[in-house]
Formats: sequence, structure tokens, C-alpha cells
Amino acid sequence: MPENNRQLLAGREYIGVDKIDGPLIFVSKTHPVGYRELIECVDKQGNVRLGIVLESSTNIVVVQVFEGTTGLTLPDTRIRFSGKPLTIPVSREMLGRVFDGLGHPTDGGPIQRSDVELDVNGVAINPTSRQYPRDFIQTGISVIDGMNTLIRGQKLPIFSGNGLPHNTLAAQIARQAKIRGSDTEFAVVFAAMGVKHDVARFFIQSFEDSGVLENVALFLSLADDPSIERLITPRTALTLAEHLAFAEDMHVLVIMTDMTNYCESLREISTIRGEIPSRKGYPGYLYSDLAELYERSGMIKGRKGSITLLPILTMPNDDISHPVPDLSGYITEGQIVFEREMDGRGIYPPIAGLPSLSRLMKDGIGEGMTREDHPHLASQLFAAYSYVKDVRNLASVIGEEELTPMDHSYLEFGREFEQKFVSQRNDEDRSIEQTLDIGWEVLKALPSEELHRLTDEEIEKFYGK
Amino acid sequence: MNDRIIGRVKRVNGPVIEVMGITDAEMFELVRVGDANLIGELVKLEAEAAVVQVYEDTTGIAPLDPVYGAGMQLSVELGPGMIGNIYDGIQRPLEAIRDIAGIYIRKGIDIPSLNKTKRWHFVPSAKPGDNVTGGMILGAVQETENVLHKILVPPGEKGMLESVAPEGDYTVEDVIAVLKGDDSQTKDLLLMHRWPIRLQRPTRKRLPPDIPLITGQRVIDTLFPIAKGSTVSIPGGFGTGKTMTQQAVAKWCDADLIVYIGCGERGNEITEVLAEFPELIDPRTGRSLMERTILIANTSNMPVSAREASIYTGITMAEYFRDQGYHVAVMADSTSRWAEALRELSGRMEEMPAEEGFPAYLPTRIAEFYERAGSMETLSGNAGSVTIIGAVSPPGGDFSEPVTQHTKRFIRCFWALDRNLANARHYPAISWLDSYSEYLDDISMWWDQQTGPQWRSDRTEIMELLHKEVRLQQVVKLVGPDALPDTQRFILEVCTLFKNAFLQQNAYDKIDMFSTVQKQAKMLHIIVTYWQRGAEAIKRGVTLVKLRKMKVYQDIIKMKFTVANDDLSELDKIQGRLERAMDQMEALHA
Ligand SMILES: Nc1ncnc2c1ncn2[C@@H]1O[C@H](COP(=O)(O)OP(=O)(O)O)[C@@H](O)[C@H]1O
Ligand SMILES: [Mg+2]
Repeated sequence: MPENNRQLLAGREYIGVDKIDGPLIFVSKTHPVGYRELIECVDKQGNVRLGIVLESSTNIVVVQVFEGTTGLTLPDTRIRFSGKPLTIPVSREMLGRVFDGLGHPTDGGPIQRSDVELDVNGVAINPTSRQYPRDFIQTGISVIDGMNTLIRGQKLPIFSGNGLPHNTLAAQIARQAKIRGSDTEFAVVFAAMGVKHDVARFFIQSFEDSGVLENVALFLSLADDPSIERLITPRTALTLAEHLAFAEDMHVLVIMTDMTNYCESLREISTIRGEIPSRKGYPGYLYSDLAELYERSGMIKGRKGSITLLPILTMPNDDISHPVPDLSGYITEGQIVFEREMDGRGIYPPIAGLPSLSRLMKDGIGEGMTREDHPHLASQLFAAYSYVKDVRNLASVIGEEELTPMDHSYLEFGREFEQKFVSQRNDEDRSIEQTLDIGWEVLKALPSEELHRLTDEEIEKFYGK
Repeated sequence: MNDRIIGRVKRVNGPVIEVMGITDAEMFELVRVGDANLIGELVKLEAEAAVVQVYEDTTGIAPLDPVYGAGMQLSVELGPGMIGNIYDGIQRPLEAIRDIAGIYIRKGIDIPSLNKTKRWHFVPSAKPGDNVTGGMILGAVQETENVLHKILVPPGEKGMLESVAPEGDYTVEDVIAVLKGDDSQTKDLLLMHRWPIRLQRPTRKRLPPDIPLITGQRVIDTLFPIAKGSTVSIPGGFGTGKTMTQQAVAKWCDADLIVYIGCGERGNEITEVLAEFPELIDPRTGRSLMERTILIANTSNMPVSAREASIYTGITMAEYFRDQGYHVAVMADSTSRWAEALRELSGRMEEMPAEEGFPAYLPTRIAEFYERAGSMETLSGNAGSVTIIGAVSPPGGDFSEPVTQHTKRFIRCFWALDRNLANARHYPAISWLDSYSEYLDDISMWWDQQTGPQWRSDRTEIMELLHKEVRLQQVVKLVGPDALPDTQRFILEVCTLFKNAFLQQNAYDKIDMFSTVQKQAKMLHIIVTYWQRGAEAIKRGVTLVKLRKMKVYQDIIKMKFTVANDDLSELDKIQGRLERAMDQMEALHA
């Protein structure tokens, strides 16, 4: 079908649909409709809902409606095809505003206008135009800065569980994150998928308290909004983020919560369509779908801005091998993992030392970036703490008294490490030097001969000082 | 070539398109869909319901859109210009695309895989009148300082050379020879030829894989070595080190060429290779590593069907260089993403699934892929090899899932990554208990010649200790270390030493990042000496603490960082000091 012909047909309206199943509408006898084309669905009252084409064929078109299908009837529902994909206008003026998941303002302010209309699905970044991220972001949180360093342009999710303080941590990062000696403008794009009103309020309050609200754009698709809207929310948010970062030269921090809700909506659609599931009923393309979102972060050669992505997800049953955290972990550049047991012991942030990882840390730390001892110190802390876990297991079987003197030193180190290094207040902002110094201090519980991961020079210079 | 309409779109479901009104299309024919000219491949032929797998985003494709046939199968272009280049899953040059389309990959871009205007200096070696068959060498182009790109008669061709172009500069599309077939038809041979990616390139026969592929990674070369022409699987949960291990091997192994396939993984990892490889110097040739590397990047956010094709594109390029008599190593990161692409496409075609939604033909496809590896005698009578090192990303890190299990049936070396080791930052996190290599016997002879027979016995000794350690650890977990006699506690100590001083290898340390076989053999021998002499000493009443407090012990722990590959005499000194220290200790307890 030639392009101009299709434009003519677009806009044609079909009255009456064949079938409605959950968020999906089936329409037959249409003109040839493009895959993923934007549609408008008009109900009896004349209210318009948006959707996209999920499948198109000569006899039937399957449409997914973001605002849900509640109240629609077969004979009175009207479908208008637009002939183009879902786009949103983007501009810098969107900062300081609140939108729904589709990018419509909900704060009573004016509807945004812009010359730039972007496809919310984005386009894959050519790997040869990416700039490898290297700039250290100081979050002021020791266990992150010291051992799981966040890098500008990184995608680093928080793997949490229900009731754990992931929102507090994300807000603390958003508040404290800084790059030394950098003055490029920053912005925060916040996308909420299926979370409660309190969560949104908590973040808004926290941005307001730190006086950055006018640099924040919020896309809220909350627990009582149609679940299907969650599928588009991160896409609209990232579309704005891309514009701010790569057209407006801003450093953008994107916080997306809760990715588990997003994945559940995806599962819902997939189930209704009768697709063959892979694990736990999630569709086989969950990995690719998540990658389409996560891979929109990063840096681009020759552009000043960046997108740093901080998705939050709750692990169902605290199970890190559940498909949502598992597939996320395969795509993202590390993960900050929360541990309920640490939270129970009153440690904040309850970040599990061992399963947490920052894959980009290696190129952003050390001499000239943080401090020369940082790489080996971090490695030593990991090694020692991992041994602590072994000793604790052993002690729980044979009793602490039976441990060797060396093992006792490790237990001491473990306590010091958790109390002094990991644990900090949620408004405590430590410099990287402070963090590293505390790291050395807690290592004092161990004799220097045990510190195999550090060089003699480093021990000479920092140990026991 | 684009005007032959072979049918029209009937249904669009993601990357899978049903086509109706099929005319003269061929199975696996390369097609273009719609006015956007999206590239696809005809994977199922049926008059009113043929299936095309589209390699680009199908947004906007509508029923009745035309489908054009290209009259050939999905193929790669093989000829000078591939080395140092980066392609997507169907061999489109990503740098050239960036120059045209900017930072994002636009759809429907038509760009030749090989540069068609660049001239290469061709030196013929065949002469008019020669009788040739496919795979024979016509001449060569010095493509990079170290890679002499041999120009081959395309496999399948046969006849007498009517003419051969004189030495000179030619583009890849210039005719460099004219072949007269047995049927008296003549055929122009160009500097390049095409080859369908799903078709294995022919060779004369398989050769035994008895030359090791040295990787410079100690746990690999010493414990689980591979040969040139191996098939290797490296499974591991996220963050356990699959990519890092493959990158380390790609950097330091002694293959002539590397084909690195980023299949459904991160964009930044490709960027990292692009940033790092050109700067790194190949220790054997003194040239940039990029001069021996071809990159295929079909990252996780790029179209899923091109991900499916990417490993075939990569392996075909590897075979082509093997046919020139080179040793090529292919890194496929990750084959699980390829299998998932297969699953997604199969699901959209509504095929019956077998395990976990994967199609029933998954094992066949895995087998076919690994079968394309091997040490071969080429059609021109030379030896060449393709080694495949495939990462596997098991869901939940559980090795009992279908891709890991089926892969295990078709490979001969298994580097199992261990979550606990990775968590303790013991890298490379290759488990010494779950991994295996069936190439050990094949390549032992080579090591004997290089380092003496000691290597094999040292290795056996240390492997035994590592297995003993497991049993001892079980005892310790029940009753504590104090319950063990010193002789047994010493085993635990030696194993800890071996793990710290030998198995762990820091990919970021300038000295430690790769070790020559000589360095590995000497380090191993030092630790085995410490064990053997130490065990003797304990029998004579020397205490464990005394052994650990020996000054040379600290030298041993740090030798991987302190002794450079080009100054191994330092290791001989440590060996000497160790033996003297042990002599003294024994003398005291005589
Ligand atoms: N040999 C190594 N030396 C140092 N660090 C390593 C090594 N192997 C893995 N790592 C660390 O582990 C992280 C994850 O490794 P990666 O290869 O990306 O995992 P995977 O591909 O299995 O998800 C890396 O970012 C790096 O920090
Ligand atoms: Mg990886």
C-alpha cells in the first residue's frame, strides 16, 4: 500500500468491534492497518482512549487499549486508526510537571506544545555511537560508592522486596548524587508503574524538600490506574529523558518503579493473547522487551548529556532467581540487592554485600578518578566479607568457641564492616575519601598478612593509619 | 533486483510476517518487505501462508504491502575489508550506518557490507591455464599488517582459469579471474564472493585437535585447556563473568583471528571492545588487537530475528578465514539469547513448543552450530581451525535448563561459572569442580614439548588436592578445622594458596591479565613444590604456622602480580628460595 494511500485511509473510523478481551479489542474488515499504529478508541460517551495495534492481518486487527476497556460495548465502540506510531511532544518545559503514563499533564497546567514529537518506542542506539561511560557519581552512600560504584550513564537497578526501604534509598541517591567538578545541567525523570499514591507522594515530597522539583518530570501510572497503561509509562518517560539528554545536553537520572508491576502487565497481555509462556507465565520476549527499555540509557559520542537509569523492582518472595530480577540482572550493568535479614537487624541501607555488583565500576575508579587504593580495597572488602559469611555459617554449626583465632578476627571484621561501613543515616552524605577511609578502618580487624588483594605499598600507606 | 513481487503481506505479528499470493519464491530467499524495504528471509513456503522473518522493526507494515524477492539466499559478502569492522546480525556495517543515519539505527538502510569503492592490492598466485576447484587460492591481498587475505575460488566452482588479473589495485567487485567450467561456460571470479550463512562451508577432512589454543588465562590453560578447533561452553548466571572471560580470551588467545559476536547483549559491551581493542597490543604480533578482530553486534534492543541470524553470520566469516588456513576463534555472547530468539520466532509462527517454550528443533540447531567448529584440512590442503566459545545464560543460573543441557551434549569443554566464587570476587569464577575439558589428552604432548612432562604431573597433583579439599571442607563444616590433623589442614591451606595465587586472575592488572605457558608452568610448580615439601616437613614435626610464616610464602602469594611474562627468572629465584627455606626447615627437624 503506497504511503499516501494509507494516509488517506488513516483517520477512517470503524463503528462496532468484534470482540473485547481484557485490554484487547478485535476489529475486522478494516483497511490495511500498520503494525504498532496508534489508534483512538471512542466510547459511547465520546471519551477517547489511546491504544496501539498489536497484530494486523487481512481479516482481523488486534488493538491494545492503554486506558483499559471498562465500559466499552461491542456495537458502540468506535476505532480510529492514525496511520502513525504513538508519539509524544517533548520539551524542556516538561520539567517540573506531572503527567499520566501516556504523557498527558495531570497537574492542571497547560498541555505541552513542542516542535519535537517523538515515537515513544524509541529506536535502537547504534553501538558505534555510544560513548563508554566512565564518570564516577558520588552518591554519598559508602556501600555504593566504595563497592558498587555508580557511573554516569549506567543502568543500575535496585532489587528489593516489599516493605524494604528502596524508595528511601532511591530518593537519597537522587538527592545526593553528584559529579565532582561538573556543571552540566541535571534533571530527574520519574516513572511510576502501579505503585501506591503514598510512594508517588514520598518522592514528590523528597524532591520538594531538596528544592529540585522544578528539575523533575513525573510520569505517574498508579495502582488504581488501568494496569495496561504501565506498559507505555516507562516508554514515555524515557522518550523525554532521551530528548533532555541527547538534544538538550542534560544529565538525566531516570527512576522507574516498580518494574515488577510493568512485567506483570506484560504477562497479562501475553496470557490473553494465548502466547506460549516461558518461565512463570511470563512471555518469552520479556528479556527483549526489558532490554528495549534499559538499553535506552547511556552516553553518546559527541553529546554532552547522559541517561543514568535506576529501576526499582521488588523481587516476588525475595527470590532473585524470579524471571523479573533475573532477566533484569542479565541486561543491566549490575544490581544493588537488598537483604531482608540486614533490614531486620536495623542496618540501613540493607544492601547485601556479595550479590550486589556494578559492572561499570572498574573503569570509573582508581587513580585520577576516585583514589588509587579504591580498586584493590573494594576487592579486599568483598573477599574478606565473603569469608565472614563462611565463618558465620561454620559458627552456627560448631559454635563460636570452636573457631580459630583468625576466624574470630573475621567475625570482628564482619561486625565492624556492617556497622561502620555499610550502615549510615538516610541523610548522611559521605565523601569518597571518607568512604575509603572507613573501609581501611574496618580492615584493621584483620592482620595485614591476610590482605592478599592489596599491594604492599597500599598496606604501607593506608593500613592502620 | 527489487522488482520481483513474490507475494503480499497477509498478517503482521512482530518480526514474523505471513505472506499470501506466493509466486515463484524460493525457500530461504532473501526478501524486502513494504515500501520501507525491510530485509527479511522466507522461512516457510506455502501459497497463501508463507512466513517471512523480518530483520528490522516491522512497525507500520500493513496487510497487502508488497514483498519483493532478491533471488538469492541470505548471504554474507566475503572479501577484503572485513577485519577491524563491526557489523550487525546480517552483516550491515554499523559504522557506515552511523555515518549516514546518525546515532540511532534507522530502518531500511541499504548499505553494502563490504566497501565497494576501496581498492586492494591483489597479488595473483594462480596462472591462466591452471585447473582449479573451489577453495583453491588465486592470490592474496595484504589486508592488515598481519593478515594476508587469501582470495579463494568460491567452493563449488570448478574449471580452468581462462585469465587471471595481473598484480594491481582492485575493488572487491572487480574481476580478478575468469573461470571456464567443464560445460565451457565462463564465470567471472571477483575479489569477493557471497556465501549463504546457514550453509556450512566445505572442507576436505577433520584433523585431530592437538594444538592448544593458549588463552593466557591460568585456570583455563592449566586446568581446563582447549585446542584450536574446540567447542567450548561457558554457562553462568548474570554477573558471573561470561563476558569478561570471553573478552579476556578474545584479547590474549593465540588465534590468528577473532570473530566476536555480541548476540542479544549490552550495547556498552560492544562499545567497550571498540574503545579498548584498538589500544591493546597483541603480544605476538606487536600490532593492535583490532587488526585481528571482526565484531558482530546485534545487541539486546536490536531486532530479534537478526539476533537469530547473527551467529550464522559470524561463523560463516570464521569459516571463510579458516579456509585460508587461519586459526579463528569465535566468541558467541550469548547463545542463550540466540536460542530465545529462535523461541520467540517459533512462538509467533505458532509452532508446537517442546521444553520451556523452545521449539523441538532447538537441539538440532545447537548441534549444527557447534559442528561448524573444528580443526580442518581445507580445500586447498592447508590446516585451519574454527574454535567456538559460546556463553550460555541459564535462567536463574540453573544449569538444568534446556539450552545448557543440550549444549552440553555437543561441546567438549565446559567452563562452569560459579555464583559463589563470583560473589566472593574470585575471578575468573570458573568452578574447578564442575568444569571439564576433554582436550587434555589431545594437547598434553604439546605442553610436554614446551614445558617438560612435569606440567602434566603437577596438574594432576593439584587437581587431586582440590577434590580432596571438598571432602575435608565437609568435615570442617561439621566439626571445625581443629579436628583435622595438620597434614589435612595443610591440604586446605595449599588449596587456598592455589586459589589465591594461581586461579584468581585479575583481568584489569597489567601484569596479571595474561600469563604465558612458561609462567603458568613455573607458578604451578612452585605451588606444587610448596605442597610436596611442606607435607614432608609436617611429617617431621614442622608446624603449619611455621610454614605459613616463611618469608617466601608472601612472595608466592604475590608472584602473579610481581613477575612479568618477559622476566620469568624471578620465578626461578622464588623456586630456589622456597627449596632452600624448606631445606633449612627440614634440617632443623631432622
Ligand atoms: N577476570 C575478571 N577479573 C576482574 N573482574 C572480573 C573478571 N570476571 C568478571 N569480573 C567482574 O564481574 C563483572 C561481571 O562480569 P561479566 O563478564 O559482565 O558477567 P556476565 O557476562 O556473566 O553477566 C564484571 O563487570 C567485573 O566487574
Ligand atoms: Mg555478559
